Amino acid sequence: MTEIPKEEMLLKCPSTCAGCGSLLALRYILKAAGKDTVLVIPACCNSVIQGVYPYMLHTVPVYNIAFAAAAACASGMSEAFRAVGKTTNVIVYAGDGGTADIGIQALSGALERGEDFLYICYDNEAYGNTGMQRSGATPLGAITTTTPNGKTVNKKDLDRIIEAHNLPYQATACASYPADIYNKVKKALSIPGPKFIHILAPCPPGWRTPSEKTVEIGKMAVKSGIWVLWEKEYDKFTISAPSRAAMKKPAPVIDYLKAQGRFRKVDEATAARIQAQVDKNLKKVAAEAAYSEENA
Amino acid sequence: MSEKLMMSTGNKAVAAAVKMAKPTVVAAYPITPQTEVIETIADYVGSGAMDARYIPVESEHSAMTACIGASITGVRVFTATSSHGLLYMHEMLHWAAGARLPIVMGQVNRTLAPGWNIWAEHSDALSQRDTGWLQVYVSTVQEAYDATLMAFKIAEDNRVLLPVMINMDGFLLSHIMQPFEMTEPGDFIPPLNLPQKIDVNDPKGYGAMSPADIHFTFRYDMEKAMKNARTVIAETEAEFAKRFGRSYAPVEEYLCDDADVVIVAMGTLGKEAEVAADLLRKEGIKAGVMRVRWLRPFPLDMKVEGKELVVIDRDYSFGFGGVIAGEIQARYPGAKIARVIAGLGGQEVTYEDMAELVRTRKIGTEFWFGIPKEEQ
Amino acid sequence: MYEIRIHSRGGQGGVTAARMMASAAVKDGKFATACPFYGAERRGAPIVSFVRIDDHPVRIYSQIKKPDMVVVLDPTVMDTVNVLDGLKKGGEIFINTHEEVQFPEQFTVHKADLTGIALRENLVVAGSPILNTPVIGALAKLGLFTPESGTKAITETFADPRNVAAAKEAYNEVK
Repeated sequence: MTEIPKEEMLLKCPSTCAGCGSLLALRYILKAAGKDTVLVIPACCNSVIQGVYPYMLHTVPVYNIAFAAAAACASGMSEAFRAVGKTTNVIVYAGDGGTADIGIQALSGALERGEDFLYICYDNEAYGNTGMQRSGATPLGAITTTTPNGKTVNKKDLDRIIEAHNLPYQATACASYPADIYNKVKKALSIPGPKFIHILAPCPPGWRTPSEKTVEIGKMAVKSGIWVLWEKEYDKFTISAPSRAAMKKPAPVIDYLKAQGRFRKVDEATAARIQAQVDKNLKKVAAEAAYSEENA
Repeated sequence: MSEKLMMSTGNKAVAAAVKMAKPTVVAAYPITPQTEVIETIADYVGSGAMDARYIPVESEHSAMTACIGASITGVRVFTATSSHGLLYMHEMLHWAAGARLPIVMGQVNRTLAPGWNIWAEHSDALSQRDTGWLQVYVSTVQEAYDATLMAFKIAEDNRVLLPVMINMDGFLLSHIMQPFEMTEPGDFIPPLNLPQKIDVNDPKGYGAMSPADIHFTFRYDMEKAMKNARTVIAETEAEFAKRFGRSYAPVEEYLCDDADVVIVAMGTLGKEAEVAADLLRKEGIKAGVMRVRWLRPFPLDMKVEGKELVVIDRDYSFGFGGVIAGEIQARYPGAKIARVIAGLGGQEVTYEDMAELVRTRKIGTEFWFGIPKEEQ
Repeated sequence: MYEIRIHSRGGQGGVTAARMMASAAVKDGKFATACPFYGAERRGAPIVSFVRIDDHPVRIYSQIKKPDMVVVLDPTVMDTVNVLDGLKKGGEIFINTHEEVQFPEQFTVHKADLTGIALRENLVVAGSPILNTPVIGALAKLGLFTPESGTKAITETFADPRNVAAAKEAYNEVK
């Protein structure tokens, strides 16, 4: 069993919505990172969650930066720390909009340059901070304020884009699995160079789910296989334990969709399309894991 | 004397000054006509002549952002850009100033498209006038070097803590070769001591939500810093003159004491205007020149009384007029100004042209050089 | 103030020649500036660069319209460019050629076969003869700066001693 430190790095004053998945994830990220850490946060829910000046939620320094700018800010910060011999962790904590949409240019540049920091995208699959407008990471069929009839195109495959940069460490995670998050952050921070972790972060108001169901909804995502937990250390691709278990007999995606108000306009044809995509992706992931094992 | 002088472009002089100032991080993106600045710095870093991290970012937005990220750790940083690159930084220029980071930037003035044009104009920097950056405009290779050295000292002074932009005319100054002295600054620039630097042992939040009853106080603090900058600039320029023998003022005056008419301009036009003044004086016209160097903070002690001003704007604010003429009129309501728009997009403006603009001046009017009078 | 306009083609070293000329003049205790007129940078296209030499700091940035001297490093530019444009009455021309050339009588013409000198010294880079160091020797002979300062300006820029040798050869060839 993973020993997670008891000490809390977040104070008891977050201004989150009740049941926020991103804060749950951050709690374990910071436990893994420890005190010698700086968080870089672009415009996103976590710009607000941290509280209003002069109060703050975190017990590590937090540098807020413009929407498109997180990875570039972390680049400069990391280079400056390393130049003066400091090993301080630089961790970006950014939403899916700031990562997959407006921030992707700076992110791609930083990853290509091999900057030494950890970029964590918490993915609530829309612009949550501004009231749930669609982002590139919004899934097919989801209602947002700018896709009132459900999104008609697929979620951007952010992980494949990141993978094209050949990072030393890349992983997916889900707010419902804190030990998995803790271990992945620990491992990521032990490796020099650019690291990326993509965390599915259920959002009760945006996903139209009860606040107390955050953990359950995240687990449903993993159990259905619509969200797969894996990690890739250099060329070694591994499916993480919860997904390995789930992939033996994935739950029907329709249960995951039906549990959320945002998918209420998904018709049968779209549901079938989503299920087919999930099936195809699970095969791809399994094949990649098998290939990685064979060629280890 | 001549033994100490070397031929250099404006771009290389800025790079040489940066080397002397020993920044820890340089983040930059290439754009004509700034490229030589960052190529030279990359070469210094590559050869070990400069002990710095050079971050070859993927855009100017990221260049300024990386400078912000580095600066807040308490190290000295530099970047350089021009024209569209500066505009692409716009959001982060506000951020850098609002975060009170003493970033120094070499800015090569170039016009804006469309159509594509790489030549001199001040519209790029003037469109960033309200970002909270100090702006200085230089007119010689030596001045580019000296101003860059002084920029670090001024920006990092804890009474200021605002970023500084050193502006020089694209090609006219960035690429001209002039003799200059690469003065060793010694301890002229003290070590940076950034009071708000990140310290993991004393964790703070930076730039979190600031409520409406507090936000404006941050902005007022910036203006206080701008006011302080006037003092710090004066002190720094005085110390520079004392130590290195070259003196500068926020507004460089040439033959102004007894002048009836004064050409006001920035950058290379302001330097060449001196030749126009000489020419006019030979004709019996008592002409002088005020070359505006520091535009932000704006000079408050220009001696405009009893003189007619021919203000040459190498810029334009559409629907208003030339920016410099407008600012002078606003700060000196009684000033008698003939407003001239000249030199946009590298339009050739010679000292003879400037002399003619003085001879034919009409106070209270705007004249676009090169457009036939009857069309204006 | 003495103003010189240099005609060459992109890649022939006209800009470097301008810098070495200004540098040599500065070593003589004068003031000087050198500047290229930039269009799009295309190898082989006709380009001009300017040198101003004066006893006082040079404060002019605009282009030279009425040069005292025109230097033609590549005579083939004369097919498309009027190298005499604005040249002052009584102005001087230096041209790189081994042929007889005809210019209006109001101008003083000097010439040397810089290309031949460069080829003899085997000063060839990327298939093109180097003209910018021999021209320094030729212009020293015409009194723009002292030969000593010209040599220093060359050695500061180029380590290869053939450059100085070529400059000396050009110095001797110019009448």
